[in-house]
Amino acid sequence: MRKAVIGEGSCGLAAGAGKVYTALESLCSGGYQLGVTGCIGMCFLEPIVDVYEAGKLLKRLVRVSEKDAERVSAALTTGDFSAVEDLAITAEDESFLTKQTRIALRHCGLIDPNDIDAYIAEGGYGAIAKVLGGMSPEDVIAEIKTSGLAGRGGAGFPTWFKWNAAREAVGGPKYLICNADEGDPGAFMDRAVIESDPHSLIEGMLIGAYAIGAAEMIVYVRAEYPLAITRLTEAIRQASERGYLGENILGSGFSCTMRIKAGAGAFVCGEETALIESLEGKRGMPRLKPPFPAQSGYWNKPSNINNVETFANVAWIIANGGAAFAAMGTEQSKGTKVFALTGKIKRGGLVEIPMGKTVREVIFDIGGGVRDGRKFKAVQTGGPSGGCIPESLLDTVIDYKALSATGAIMGSGGMVVMDDSTCMVEMARFFLKFTTNESCGKCVPCRLGTKRLYEILTRIVEGNGREGDIALLEELCSAVKDGALCGLGQTAPNPVLTTLRYFREEYEAHINEKKCPAGECAALLTYRIEAEKCKGCRQCAKNCPAQCITGEAKKPHVIDSSKCIKCGSCKSVCRFGAVVVE
Amino acid sequence: MSESCCCEKKSDLSLLEGVLAEYAPQKGSLITILQHAQEIYGYLPVDVIYHIAERTGQSPAQVMGVATFYAQFRLKPVGKHPIMLCKGTACHVNGANSIEKAITEKLKIQDGETTEDGLFTLKTVACLGCCSLSPVMMISGETYGSLTPAKALKILDELREKEVAAQ
Repeated sequence: MRKAVIGEGSCGLAAGAGKVYTALESLCSGGYQLGVTGCIGMCFLEPIVDVYEAGKLLKRLVRVSEKDAERVSAALTTGDFSAVEDLAITAEDESFLTKQTRIALRHCGLIDPNDIDAYIAEGGYGAIAKVLGGMSPEDVIAEIKTSGLAGRGGAGFPTWFKWNAAREAVGGPKYLICNADEGDPGAFMDRAVIESDPHSLIEGMLIGAYAIGAAEMIVYVRAEYPLAITRLTEAIRQASERGYLGENILGSGFSCTMRIKAGAGAFVCGEETALIESLEGKRGMPRLKPPFPAQSGYWNKPSNINNVETFANVAWIIANGGAAFAAMGTEQSKGTKVFALTGKIKRGGLVEIPMGKTVREVIFDIGGGVRDGRKFKAVQTGGPSGGCIPESLLDTVIDYKALSATGAIMGSGGMVVMDDSTCMVEMARFFLKFTTNESCGKCVPCRLGTKRLYEILTRIVEGNGREGDIALLEELCSAVKDGALCGLGQTAPNPVLTTLRYFREEYEAHINEKKCPAGECAALLTYRIEAEKCKGCRQCAKNCPAQCITGEAKKPHVIDSSKCIKCGSCKSVCRFGAVVVE
Repeated sequence: MSESCCCEKKSDLSLLEGVLAEYAPQKGSLITILQHAQEIYGYLPVDVIYHIAERTGQSPAQVMGVATFYAQFRLKPVGKHPIMLCKGTACHVNGANSIEKAITEKLKIQDGETTEDGLFTLKTVACLGCCSLSPVMMISGETYGSLTPAKALKILDELREKEVAAQ
């Protein structure tokens, strides 16, 4: 019997997957089955309906809307898909997936996240059985060391080293914590893993808990991810019911529990010591290090914290061997990395590729390049802690060291593509506004430094930049970098520094010529009506809130730029393209 | 702050009893208690904050400190349809500012404010994680993607019409 499986991740649901499911459900009269899966990562094609026959993928229908439900249902019933050929995925779009190597995302969009048996059928919980069936904690740590797995949350610290430090730490109880406070705007791989394959997180964490000797596991999830919390709660319930969590797991004598703690919205809680403070019910302000969490973490007990994507690799490494993981990647960075490709990109979504590919391959080969035929300008990686990589560095290899050399960072894997209509000074200002808002206020360099940086950038984009502002920005950036207490402050200047490094002429144009080359900064733009194109229809004048457009009917109009508030209403209502922005 | 002084407003504290019975004895559960309290009352009234402080053995200042640190907590009542407008990087690049401008002009409220009829509260958020559909907003749990200013305003109009029809 044919089975239609609908991708119901958060973005699929936002695109209308839930409505498609309901519509098909009401039309289905037993001729086919319906199922749900998580996010396959092809967000640009949502909602997606995968049709399976005898367990094999028969058809992938994309951008399916409620309106298509009737013909899709008919095709599913009869097996004749000719009437829905227009919905079938193209070979070009399919290459978005076939060019990837998926380990952390191995089950995403393929299995039902609400069903533990679907995970087990794919070999799930085999790795924890292997570990408990005869590996010592030291063996596990050695295997992770062989794999070369490093922290996928951004810092890239070797996972085995953290586990070993927590294992060797004196005292107890010990805690294993998962950082699912995915705060970088533009990154959503952790959400996708939890929503689409929650059991792989549970299994990875169990292996980690066994390795460090923890009996309690806590997942700190962002409150903005309600669906992830619902699915993980259900997965924990099912895993407990089957004896994968709780007392005497698989009869091995190893016991471990798991619980979720919902965050309350604070970017700084992605920093591990701030996360611990938040877990303890306090304001999420970072602690001084050392002591490190491995020695003194949650309730001052030895604690180990890893990110979701890191844990999602663990069961695969144990099942396939650390060497298989290490066979992928570069000398310095092993395995694969997931990127969330967004912005002005043709094919946006989740991309998992082996380390060592180039940024260009991700954006152009897989992502299809910049959309709307515009020109690529830069890609922002690593969120507010990262930087902008210009076109000249597109052949940079994806590797922790190589990316850091550009001034950007690997970070959690957000990649926001920008075209020539994006102003880089405004971009830097956007990130500094974010870090200013999110600074916890504990240390002066970050609390005041980010605010002053934001103020200087604001005056530049508003056309009030002064001579010497660039040097001032550079000086302040280095002071904040050197003086801030935690990662948030130390990396907050990166967006300014990289844009200054690669797009200095844009800053200069704003300050010296009072011009925004990208045409984004409203204060620096002038609106003008081209007399030869204007038909004198009066639409612009009628819609101008500042009433600064004058002219007789059927004759060219004029904008009084001294009164113009640069709202853009005239440009948006002009049917003749006569309003130009300079 | 002044308009919601604890001596004027009396919240029904008994509604919180179940939550406090379960969590107050557990150390480190303040955020969880505040989350439940907000679910019950829609926001965190000052008398509720005092009550939680008393029951968890902390000072009201400590509880207030936590309540004001996290973006999720509100100290004022919220409109019936809170609008969470995403201003993450992808949404920013794809025009979130123009959506915000359209909404603030239409509803005549700024970020964090509630409309006079109590229907909408605007709150900009850092990232909803639906970056491929940017710009995005979430209203009462429903996510609306690929917005344009006109599309966003139409959604608000439809919600308002539904409310009027329901009355």
